[in-house]
Amino acid sequence: MSNRELLLGDDAVALAAIHSGISGAYAYPGTPSTEIFEFIQARAKEHGIQAFWSANEKVAYEEALGTSYVGKRAIVSMKHVGLNVAADPFVNSASTGVKGGLVVCVADDPGMHSSQNEQDSRVLARFAQIPCLEPANQQEAYDMTRYAFELSEQIRLPVMIRLVTRLAHSRSGVVTAPAVPQNEMNPVEESMQFTLVPSNARVLYRRLLEKQPTIIKCAEESKWNNLDLPETPSSIGIITNGIAYNYVRETFGGKVPHPVLRISQSPIPKQKIRNLLSMVDELWIVEEGFPEIEDLVRGVIEPAGKIIHGKLDGSLPRAGELTPGIVGKALLGSWPEGLAKTLDETPNRPPALCDGCAHTDTFALFRHALEPYEKQQGKRIRLYSDIGCYALAFYEPHDAIQTCVDMGASISMCAGASYVGQFPAICAIGDSTFAHSGMTSLLTASRQNANMVVVILDNGTVAMTGTQETLATGQDLVDMVLGLGVDKDHVRVINPVKSKYEENLAIIKEEIEYKGLSVIISKRPCVQWMRKSKS
Amino acid sequence: MKCDIVLAGVGGQGILTIAYLLDNAAVNKGLCFKQAEVHGMSQRGGAVYSHLRISDREILSDLVPEGQADMILAVEPLEVQRYLSYLNPNGVVVSNVEPYLNIPNYPAIEGVLGALVKLPKSVLVNAKGIANSAKLPRAENMAMVGAALPFLPFTMDDFEPIISEMFGRKGERVVSGNMEVIKAGYAVGALTAKLLEKGLTSEQANGLTKDLDPLEIEQLNVEELIAKIQ
Ligand SMILES: Cc1ncc(C[n+]2csc(CCOP(=O)(O)OP(=O)(O)O)c2C)c(N)n1
Ligand code: SF4
Repeated sequence: MSNRELLLGDDAVALAAIHSGISGAYAYPGTPSTEIFEFIQARAKEHGIQAFWSANEKVAYEEALGTSYVGKRAIVSMKHVGLNVAADPFVNSASTGVKGGLVVCVADDPGMHSSQNEQDSRVLARFAQIPCLEPANQQEAYDMTRYAFELSEQIRLPVMIRLVTRLAHSRSGVVTAPAVPQNEMNPVEESMQFTLVPSNARVLYRRLLEKQPTIIKCAEESKWNNLDLPETPSSIGIITNGIAYNYVRETFGGKVPHPVLRISQSPIPKQKIRNLLSMVDELWIVEEGFPEIEDLVRGVIEPAGKIIHGKLDGSLPRAGELTPGIVGKALLGSWPEGLAKTLDETPNRPPALCDGCAHTDTFALFRHALEPYEKQQGKRIRLYSDIGCYALAFYEPHDAIQTCVDMGASISMCAGASYVGQFPAICAIGDSTFAHSGMTSLLTASRQNANMVVVILDNGTVAMTGTQETLATGQDLVDMVLGLGVDKDHVRVINPVKSKYEENLAIIKEEIEYKGLSVIISKRPCVQWMRKSKS
Repeated sequence: MKCDIVLAGVGGQGILTIAYLLDNAAVNKGLCFKQAEVHGMSQRGGAVYSHLRISDREILSDLVPEGQADMILAVEPLEVQRYLSYLNPNGVVVSNVEPYLNIPNYPAIEGVLGALVKLPKSVLVNAKGIANSAKLPRAENMAMVGAALPFLPFTMDDFEPIISEMFGRKGERVVSGNMEVIKAGYAVGALTAKLLEKGLTSEQANGLTKDLDPLEIEQLNVEELIAKIQ
């Protein structure tokens, strides 16, 4: 058993990418995808792989596309909402096609364990008209990634691997296969293939459409779109995907007494679905994620004479992740109960800013500075915030922020509010989020000299996702802000420590009163990061 | 054989270290296992848990099915309550008695522990005391895994090489100290298991073990101990 490696789903994808001979790995951190890149990065030198954190997912995707352009294999990994940021190159790379195998691994987060939404990346794969593979376990995560690189080069399209939190962050044994060497340098020869001016784009879009029958055929023949038949026929059939397949099998102790079509390679295999439907009167569609297959199967005019159960008729919950109990109860009508609580009340234990976190002190300063305005306006004034540890300032005892929408939105939303008269208009954004998507927002606000205060929380790291390297910190960050056109007299750097409280408060009050754009960089390292870099 | 465990605690208490030890023990024995954990937001003083499944047959779901866990192993006593709906009625709760106080509305600890001994099968352990006497105050998690061992498909010999590998870097003293902690936890777990087997209630069994010195448990006569309640 010694050839079994103990791997997270994320690790299994990463190891398969290394074994597939990737030359480049690119990513921006995001739970639950972060470990994919981290696993490769830790082994990059030994395997001669270029592995960098990029400023954001769009950049990472384009870097991967460039590596593919010269004929080498690349993986780009991100969380589901990261694909929204990378959507432009992602969708267009379906038209250009690829040269070296390009695998985009996207980790979805049903149940929103650490995300703003639970969007389903299969929908975006269908939108871009590329194949999507959905492993059900760590072994398949490895095997499918190996296959994805082959498929990508065979059909000359990017291929998506969709993970979900429960697989990305679950560990099990994986058996590996021999590694292959990296591709030789072999750039695209045709200059039009990557030049999407309209005259070329029309030709290339047709090429993409011409590839569709091939990717449909691959899906129809895929061993991961397997139809398991029971020993005795049943009038009920089940369609399922990814890890939902495990829950369906778990419900029946591994031996399902109904035909089960597992769909883990898209586009959906329509012929296989029709075959299943011809055998049964009643169909259950058990999907982890959106009711994507269910919607396609039901269509506008539902299949005549068939009863279909799934998320769209309320047989399964539409929101949240599936669990073995939820699936079991739906399919069997009941599920064994566990024990009841024996304590009258179990208070929640929500995540909180760490003891000694600089963000706590920065928000305390702003809470204080805003008091006179609050008195005047007779209401609490909160900051436009971004995504990072500081979003925890939403909770008591802070109650200091009012937004957390998407990376970079704090600055642009605050600007939009200030343009039409909100005052004071203040926003807070972390250093990494600023590098990701804040710079273009600040450039725009600085051209308008928006009457607002932008607080950049420079804690030296990407803390929220586990203290990765940030691309904008210290003097570099100050220079970037100046370069974007903010008046140097209104770019202030503070160190939010107790001993400088009064001094800092005065600076903040001044900049709130200034009728124009101010940037206050609050600079103090994250304590978790300090602890890690010491050990 | 199957053993489904829900590991529970608070971020920073070393839940994932327990998981690592048990994962490796399972792999070394050629058993199948799956272990799902949550990273990210929940690590900052928030509730954390991990689902660990060990079996001699293929494991399907990464999550322990509701109502089917064989054990809740908790490094923090209040955390047990959150996961009771996972425990099958014959399952065991192995919990630390030491509260982790980082919320303003933490209930009275007597009530929290009182609620635990009302469960059909519970094993309460003073992990802090054990860890402190080995001068490894951060090893409460290791005391807990020791206490769970009598209910797991492993022996002390399965743990030893993994502990050496895990702590070897920090020196021989840390390795032997952690083994000492695991063994002391084991003594409490094994005795409580025996008392429960003899038909004592959780309340009776834990009442008897509560004030014992783990290092002296081996010399005890179980029958004499039981006689104390009659
Ligand atoms: C598009 C997108 N990519 C990635 C993430 C995941 N994510 C959330 S916060 C964050 C980093 C925050 O870093 P920073 O702004 O420096 O704040 P800190 O956590 O250090 O306080 C990341 C990567 C996301 N939510 N959205
Ligand atoms: S990880 Fe760092 S930034 Fe995040 S809450 Fe803790 S100290 Fe603050």
